[in-house]
Amino acid sequence: MTTADTPQGGALSRIGSAGAMQKMLAFGSLVLLLVGFSLASPQFMQVSNIIAILQATSVNGVLAVAVTLVIITGGIDLSVGTMMTFCAVISGVVLTYWGLPLPFGVLAAIGAGAFCGLCSGTFVAKLKIPPFIATLGMMLILKGLALVISGTRPIYFNDTPGFDLISRGSLIGWVFPSLPIPNGVLILFLVALLVAYILGRTVLGRYTFALGSNEEAVRLSGVNVDAWKIGIYALSGAIVGVAGILIASRLNSAQPALGLGYELEAIAAVVIGGTSLSGGRGTVLGTVIGALIMAVLTNGLRILSVAQEWQTVVTGAIIILAVYADQARRRKG
Amino acid sequence: MSVTPLISMRNIDKRFPGVHALKGVSFELLPGEVHALMGENGAGKSTLMKILSGIYPRDGGEILVGGTPAEIDSPRAAQSHGLAIIHQELALMNDLTVAQNIFIGREPRLSFGRLDEKALNRNARDIFAKLNLHLDPKTQVGTLTIARQQLVEIAKALSFKSRVLVMDEPTAALNDREIDELFIIIRQLKAEGVGIVYISHKMDELKRIADRVTVMRDGATVGTVSAADTPVSEIIRMMVGRELGAETVDIPDLAAAPPLLEVRGLTRGRAVRDVSFSVRQGEILGFAGLMGAGRTEVARAIFGADRKNGGEILVHGKALTIRSPADAVAAGIGYLSEDRKHFGLALGMDVKDNVALATMTDFVSRVGAINDARMRATARTFIDRLRIRTPSERQEVRFLSGGNQQKVVIAKWLLRNCDILIFDEPTRGIDVGAKSEIYRLLTDLAAEGRAIIVISSELPEVLRLSHRIAVMCEGRLTGILPGGPGTTQEDIMDLATRRAPAMEPAFPPPPTPETRAPR
Repeated sequence: MTTADTPQGGALSRIGSAGAMQKMLAFGSLVLLLVGFSLASPQFMQVSNIIAILQATSVNGVLAVAVTLVIITGGIDLSVGTMMTFCAVISGVVLTYWGLPLPFGVLAAIGAGAFCGLCSGTFVAKLKIPPFIATLGMMLILKGLALVISGTRPIYFNDTPGFDLISRGSLIGWVFPSLPIPNGVLILFLVALLVAYILGRTVLGRYTFALGSNEEAVRLSGVNVDAWKIGIYALSGAIVGVAGILIASRLNSAQPALGLGYELEAIAAVVIGGTSLSGGRGTVLGTVIGALIMAVLTNGLRILSVAQEWQTVVTGAIIILAVYADQARRRKG
Repeated sequence: MSVTPLISMRNIDKRFPGVHALKGVSFELLPGEVHALMGENGAGKSTLMKILSGIYPRDGGEILVGGTPAEIDSPRAAQSHGLAIIHQELALMNDLTVAQNIFIGREPRLSFGRLDEKALNRNARDIFAKLNLHLDPKTQVGTLTIARQQLVEIAKALSFKSRVLVMDEPTAALNDREIDELFIIIRQLKAEGVGIVYISHKMDELKRIADRVTVMRDGATVGTVSAADTPVSEIIRMMVGRELGAETVDIPDLAAAPPLLEVRGLTRGRAVRDVSFSVRQGEILGFAGLMGAGRTEVARAIFGADRKNGGEILVHGKALTIRSPADAVAAGIGYLSEDRKHFGLALGMDVKDNVALATMTDFVSRVGAINDARMRATARTFIDRLRIRTPSERQEVRFLSGGNQQKVVIAKWLLRNCDILIFDEPTRGIDVGAKSEIYRLLTDLAAEGRAIIVISSELPEVLRLSHRIAVMCEGRLTGILPGGPGTTQEDIMDLATRRAPAMEPAFPPPPTPETRAPR
């Protein structure tokens, strides 16, 4: 018997309150980190540094939002890192090799991501391969394909004027000169809004939670579970395509060797943000806060001149701490 | 009585959100006694035993172990007080051996943390010898029959030097020979002074094995009587609070009603063999049979939840291809599984989402957003109509009682406009009050012109509800009996244990493809 079967007095809480708690916890930690670092170093709170943090959040944040969708269904996606690179390479092929205009490159990257997600989703839903294995396979396939298609060399976007502005330009700064927030952050914001809307207000979103909550019950309700699940993976993949564009724009090149490791950072952000790895609950806002925590941590530790190696150690410890806090609170409740 | 009871539970009180599960229940167990605990589903037996074994905290009352008050706040505490419970669902690790299972967590060790496999097997063998049990400690548990696995659980309980053994429906999955074997062991334990709480529904077993019987109803103790001196009818009266057969079914005249669902030659492996029947509009067809007779399998095959090997399904007289639950639902068939928690509800989601689970796309506005306000309003109308007791439509369904959860699932299918509803054990785990409400609901649903199939293992329930009663045995439909007072439990049991078909098939065998008329 699982704990969910046990009615508990006093636990008559409103839906999502458990996730809300964790989000508060994450938000509190974020504020604590911000206060701590700004006390420790005057450099930290400078506008240029804040912008650097936001810029660093954008790629990981978009990836993490993509993974959030899959994790809420009770699945996991290990392929988002290399998928992002694959999408970047595809846009490089379309823009630099074929010389097509900018919008085609963007659409190609998003389309490639959606297609990859469609494949992962099909493996999981139709072939009944566990998500861990299916996306592990996709991770390697896409890593290899990115290298093959690019001929293992970076593809530069020097012939596509304005490509680098997708991430590094600042539409907001152009309107409000005092707020030079890079477009990458704006895009993260828009993607997060879109996905939060989909999760909260659409059938696809409701089924995402329902699948994570009890897939068999959904199937026996006459819902075509396989199709919806594939749809969720495809949507997630399309968002990874956006991340591909963002990182390519930031580097003004598609780096085929890049990508591995990003998936774990994304999953870490999701987990810190309070999304349950067993599925059924989670929020986009939590995930974005999780991604911010990781970026603030990396940035703050660098400013305090903590060695890169130690930054990684701290990040790992934070993940364990975040999940422990969640578990401990749930056991008490 | 001068003997100190092994266990005394006094005035135990327990509330769950919306349910007063135990109302001052008292229970006593003497050394060397087999004390049967009886009651209908939802009477509170399992809750009482879960409190005894430290799974649930109690809200009131006290527990005495060997005459001294004891605080049993965890299964481990229960263990240290010499209490062991053997659940219906066994908690064994199938990939480990018998001995490894018995001594899990207490493995004899050599130096440097090495396992002493020899001592492990020797200790297990000693326990088996005491029980006169012939079992190799090195056998993998997964390869044993359910009956043998149960004996392994008993051996494990005894290895803790348990003085009290709680057995929850231990014979549910056993055949007659295995039951005999189990009873020999129970008598042996009795002789050694172990007290046994025996939860069962089977009257004949009580007469064979129990010393005293305590009957519970509606979360309260009705009384404790001697098993030998009390007639079965008296015990049943105590359980249901009325003489059986007091309520009978009203059978409408359905001669003119068209059949809504026809099933011809349905086959699925060995579980379902050539099953044919039909249900008319407005009819309640009961499905009776012993556990494993294939009734749930028939339902799941009709619903497309499991693949079928053969057979035709006609809805409104038209043959349909049903490959998935989605197809079945599109045809207006709803299935309410016996296991609501695993197959019927998204427990972590709220009432409104569960009510709308099969009709989600109907609540979408033109821009693709879910109209939550409308969904909530719809959920509220069903909460009123079915009298679902919940603080609001935003309550998570896991906090509702079994009866109210069942109503949420019913609401889901009513909202989907299903006119063929298959109920699999509709009142399992539901307390007596809610039960009669569900009965009334089912009768009303049929009167509204739906076709209802009710699968139930409780014969009184089948007799109480069904207009006709289909009986299955070993995957075959062995007969269809008329409902009403003319049919007795004995008639049903006769068919349920019959190994060859006892009647002509309700329909001629399905035509072969060559002879089928072109459409």
